Parts: sequence; structure tokens; C-alpha cells
Amino acid sequence: MPVKIEPPVERRRGQGLLPRLLRNRSGTVGLALVTFYLLVGLFGLLGITPRPSLEQVPRDRLKPPSEQYWMGTDIFGRDIASRLMEGAANSLQVALLSVATATLAGTLIGTTAGYVGGRFDNLLMRVMDVFFALPALLLALLVVTVLGPGLYSTAFAIAVVYTPIFARVARAPVLSVKEMEFVTATRALGLPEARILARHVLPNTLAPLIVQVSLALSWALLTEAGLSFLGLGTQPPQASWGVMLSESRGIAELAPWLMIFPGVAIMLGVLGWNLLGDGLRDVLDPRLRGRES
Amino acid sequence: MIRYLAQRFIAFVPILLGVSILIFLAIRLVPGNAIIAMLGTEAGMLTENQRRALEAYFGLDKPIVEQYFVWLGNAVQGNLGLSVRHGAPVLDVILARFPITLQLSVMAMTIALLIGLPLGVLSAVRHNSIIDLFGRLFALVGLAMPNFLLGTLIIFVLSVYFHILPNSGDYVSFAEDPSRNLQQMIFPAITLGFAFSASVMRTTRSAMLEVLGQDYIRTARSKGLREFVVNRRHALKNALIPVITIAGVELGYLLGGTVIVEEIFSLPGLGRLVFNAISQRDYALVQGIALFIAVNFVIINLAVDLLYTAVDPRISYASKN
Repeated sequence: MPVKIEPPVERRRGQGLLPRLLRNRSGTVGLALVTFYLLVGLFGLLGITPRPSLEQVPRDRLKPPSEQYWMGTDIFGRDIASRLMEGAANSLQVALLSVATATLAGTLIGTTAGYVGGRFDNLLMRVMDVFFALPALLLALLVVTVLGPGLYSTAFAIAVVYTPIFARVARAPVLSVKEMEFVTATRALGLPEARILARHVLPNTLAPLIVQVSLALSWALLTEAGLSFLGLGTQPPQASWGVMLSESRGIAELAPWLMIFPGVAIMLGVLGWNLLGDGLRDVLDPRLRGRES
Repeated sequence: MIRYLAQRFIAFVPILLGVSILIFLAIRLVPGNAIIAMLGTEAGMLTENQRRALEAYFGLDKPIVEQYFVWLGNAVQGNLGLSVRHGAPVLDVILARFPITLQLSVMAMTIALLIGLPLGVLSAVRHNSIIDLFGRLFALVGLAMPNFLLGTLIIFVLSVYFHILPNSGDYVSFAEDPSRNLQQMIFPAITLGFAFSASVMRTTRSAMLEVLGQDYIRTARSKGLREFVVNRRHALKNALIPVITIAGVELGYLLGGTVIVEEIFSLPGLGRLVFNAISQRDYALVQGIALFIAVNFVIINLAVDLLYTAVDPRISYASKN
């Protein structure tokens, strides 16, 4: 006889995540910005840009924004708007890839450690402490140097930094959920441990993880731009917001649009993920409402 | 108290060992050979014997495990080895650069606290007012503005509108010429302090909001204390713990994470040192810096924990018998 045991979480049926998010101001603005960013990135990825992002038009070098070039051109006569779109695509790929990896690895480590407990937990968490003792950027720098610059190594570097953070975020709720009666009940029913963990414990730890994903994406975007700025991320002539900003140094006096547009793009992208994260936290985790907003 | 400190120091050991092993392995995974990296194109003129002799001199000819234990044995005696690139002991190279990064970080933290604390308190006390709105906007911009963008922007504004270049390459220490040193350091410090002040502001505001909703604040008000006294003595003091935590964490990150700002403003600090050392495969130097930064980080964490007891007498690390 199948027995279904509901976890002690209030399931707000009939009220999806989206409507609730849209009633939240941070959530709405964040969602709008992120949607815009995703669309721009998607177009960039598919190559649907006003002009080819690598096309050089020598006679149109350093043109200010105009009808022909919405955001002006750079020192090689390349269209800034098109390059920004390609940059969005690159940073989006790095961000999604790295955060997906970190979320999977971190959640696996954190929930397993928290659920199994004891020495195993202790060992895994001490290993995570080692990663915490190094500043994030230094760690990322090291990984990128080992792997060589490029899109995938940037993504991997960000994943290495974020895995321990996800492990901690995922572990904490597991510690309290595993002591709850419904978990004991599932165990009494003789369910295998792996199934208890995956089907009954994990779903109850999702709220803080989802919030963390959104915040991690903002940091991933920043780090991709930062590493590219230092010349270790996306390699020219490929466009990246960090590379574009770095290239604007020294000639921004002549052509301020070279600096303004990538700068605004980075800020709006980071802001979008952050606000979405705040909104998600308010909606998913009402206990934390009002904090840090 | 002493027992607590001893326990904490013992807990550091595995973390630092872990950091050293991690860095040791990582840096050896970097493609390329340290000797060839050191000599550049001239490496081609080395005979096989000369290369071997150089490797033996820097201890690079032994198996990795042996290299690690030799390094560890020396490290615990304060000898972090020789920098291939600088031809000097690693610790000397680090200590020559560290004051710059330390000064920069402390200046950034001071700026952050001077802006972030008052703004956070005001935002919370005047909850949902114009001031609060401004404070929250400030925090959002601070959060979204990466330091390489702000730094680039500051240099742009200074050079175009004020015709100054904050740094033309030659760094002057505070002891040599305090006013020139401060001129060189203030803009990088503002660059770092801006984002820092945003997180201090957010933390202060949320902690104050939480404390202001407590019963004892109502009690303090109802017994007729002035608002200022309530806010300062009763609320702020209790809201400081999370602020100290975030300031400590941020300071710890700054001490090892000023790479980009040091690059932009051409300051020869620890950040640029490690950036160059990594790309030049200066194994000993990278290891030394990583260990140095990790030690800083754990010491700051400990200092933060000790500060708690000063702010909140209820927290005590004295052993209870």
C-alpha cells in the first residue's frame, strides 16, 4: 500500500512563483532586466546582430553613436552595439555554465555531507574551508592560469570558487530537515537512504539554493568581466564586456562611448541578477524578508 | 581565553596545510617550465647541463612530494624559499609589497565605514523615507559597479576634467612623502571603498531594522529616552555584530583581492605581485603569497571573533568550568 508523506512545507498551490515575484518590486525590476539580458545574449549567440561583431570598417573608426551605428564604433571601426551583444552571449555562457556546475557539485557535496554527518561531513567541510581561506579572485586567477585563458577555463574558475559556497548553503537546511519526523517516517517505511535524500530532504532545501543561484550569476558576470579586463578571460578579438572596457582605457577621452556602453551593460546585468535574487528571497524565504534589501 | 586562542590556532593548521597543498599542486599543473619562463627566449641557449644545474639550485629536480615537504619544512621556520624571478627570498619580496596593499585596504575600509555606517543607520531610522531611498539606491549602485569600471571611470574623469594622472608609475611610500603617497592612494582606496561601503550600508541597515523592532527599544523609548540615545546606545550597539562580520570578511578579501585596482592604478602591491608571479610561474613566490594571504585571512577571522566580545559582553570565549 503506497503511503504518501507530505513534507512539512506549506505548498502555496494556485499561486505560482511568477505572480508572487511580480508583486515584489525588486523581483519585477530584476526579472525585467534579466529577461532583457537573456534576449540580447540569445540574439548575440545566434549572430543576429546589427552588423557582424568582428567586421572592421576602416573608414568608420571611432564614430560616435549615430543612426548607422547605434552605440558608435571602436578603434578598428567595429560596431559597438553588435560587440556588446556578442559580449552578452559570451558572459551569459560563462555565467550559466559555471553556476550550473557549481550548483550541481556544491549541492551534491553539501547535502551529502549534511545528511551523512559525522566524520565524512567534517572532512568535506574542512576541505571547503581551505577554499574559503583564499580570496575568490586569487583562486579564479590561479585556475585560469593553470587551464590557460578562454571561455571554458573562466567558467571552470568561477565554478571552483562557487562550489564551496553552494556546499555550505545546501548543507545548513539539510542538518535541520533530516531531524524532522517526516524523514524518520520515510526511513521507518524502509526507503533507501539515497531516495530519502533526493526526494524528501533535498526539495526542502531548495529555497536558499535558488536565491543563491541568482546571486552567483551576478558574481559570475562580474568575474568574467574582471578576468577578461585583466586579459585572462575571453580573448580578443572575441567581444567581452571586460575586454571592451579594458580597450577603452586611454582613448575614452576621445571616444567616451567606448567606456559608457560596456560599463552600463555590466552594471545592468549585475543589478538584474541581484534584484532578482532579492525578489526570490523575499518570495521563497519569508523569514529573511527585509534583510539586506 | 588562552585555551580558546590555542584551540583556534590549532584549527588553523589543517586549513593552512590544505591551502599549501592546493596551491602547490595547482601551480605545478601550469603548463611550461619555470626555468624556461624565467629566462624567456634565452632559455634556448641553455645546455642540458646548465638547465639541470639551475633546476637543482631551485630544488625543482626532485619529485613533487619531496619538493613539498622540503618547502613545508622550510616554511615553518619562516623560510618561504627563493623567488626565481626576483632572485630574493620570497618573504622579503612579499614584505616589501605588503604595506602598500595593507594601507590601501585599511584606507578603503575606513572610507567604507565612514560612509556605510551613518548611511545605514539613517536609512533604518528613517525607514521608507527619501533618505532611505537614496541609501538603498547608493547601495545598489555600489553593488553593481565593479571596481575595474569605477577605477577606469575615476581615471577618466581625473585626466579629462582635472588634467591629473593619479599615478604615473613611480610609487612613493608614506614614509618618504606622506602627501604624495596619499594623493596616489586616495583614488584606488575610493575605488575599493565604494563597493565595500555599499555592503556595510546594507548590513547596517538590515541589522538596525531588526534591532529597532525589538521590545527593549520600545521600552527605552517609553521611558522617555531621547531618540538619539535610543538609536545610538540601544540600537546601534546591538546591530554592530553583523557589521563587524561583513567588514572583517571584506577586509580579508581586500588583502588578497586588490589585483585589478592595483593594475589600473599601477600600484606595486601584493595583488600585482601575485598576478605577475602566477603568469611567470614563479612557484615559490605564488605559494608564499597564497600562504601569506591565507594566514592573514584566518587571523582577521579570529580578530573578528575577538571583537565580538568587546562589542557584546554576553559573548565570551573564556572556558566555562
